Amino acid sequence: MDEGELVAAARSGDRRAFDELVRRTFVDTFTLARRLTGNEEDARDVVQEAYLRAWKGIGKFRGEAAFSTWMYRITANAAASNVQRRRRHRTESFADDFEPVDAAAEHLVSQSAESAESLERISAALDDLPAKLRSVVVLKDVYGMSHEAIAEELGITVSAAKVRLHRARHKLRDVLYDEGAQADAV
Amino acid sequence: MRCDEVTTLLPALVDGEPVGFEVERHVETCLRCQAELARYRRLLRTLSMLRTWYAEPAPGLLGETLAAITDAAEHGARRTLLSGRRLAYAGAIGGSALAAGATAAVLIARSRKRSLRLAG
Repeated sequence: MDEGELVAAARSGDRRAFDELVRRTFVDTFTLARRLTGNEEDARDVVQEAYLRAWKGIGKFRGEAAFSTWMYRITANAAASNVQRRRRHRTESFADDFEPVDAAAEHLVSQSAESAESLERISAALDDLPAKLRSVVVLKDVYGMSHEAIAEELGITVSAAKVRLHRARHKLRDVLYDEGAQADAV
Repeated sequence: MRCDEVTTLLPALVDGEPVGFEVERHVETCLRCQAELARYRRLLRTLSMLRTWYAEPAPGLLGETLAAITDAAEHGARRTLLSGRRLAYAGAIGGSALAAGATAAVLIARSRKRSLRLAG
């Protein structure tokens, strides 16, 4: 069955079809959740929440975009909710200063040994960004979402999304291409 | 225009966003800012490479997720069933009450007729 047929079946309540869509998109969705949250534990919660929302809302999905693209938006929204929950419960700092990294949570699969080092460095730098900057730069520069879609899913204005993006890029540039020993490492 | 004024606009310029003629002209003639812009372009290229660099989910997470959906689906179905049953119960109670009311009305009407005959 192709994706369109699976979506149509899932929309009419076919659980097997929906499960197949989950299987086909799971690694991709988990990867996005991992990048947005910056850690494994939150990524697990976010990916489950995202698929639960997708199951509940599959009737509203018209299939105009790919199912995986629809999942990106749901995942972005679920990750934003996760950040807000954490903010309330743990009074996590969302200031624009850097936070400690959970380096143990890395299980990244390399596609190219040549570029693996630079991708690891940039992944680590993304994890170090404050959540609100990280989410915007991941959605725009890694997943190519529009400013409008990002703003909608994160509940912010388009101009706020752009400001966050520019700040995130500036910070990444500082970390990755700083003067001295690390220059031109990526 | 000074380089430090231009530098803050480079993260926007790298997307081709309008940043003003003066800024663009400065970048065209300033090697330092051109190098800085090249770094941002390189950053964007590397970030886009992450798109196909997947994180590996923990073993069992897919199964847990499917089980969570099953729980939610069953919970939803139970709620639908319960609300359906509630509706049926309410209908039955309402119907019984209506029937009882109608019977009572018929009995009262008959007893009134009898009373009138006896009086007549």
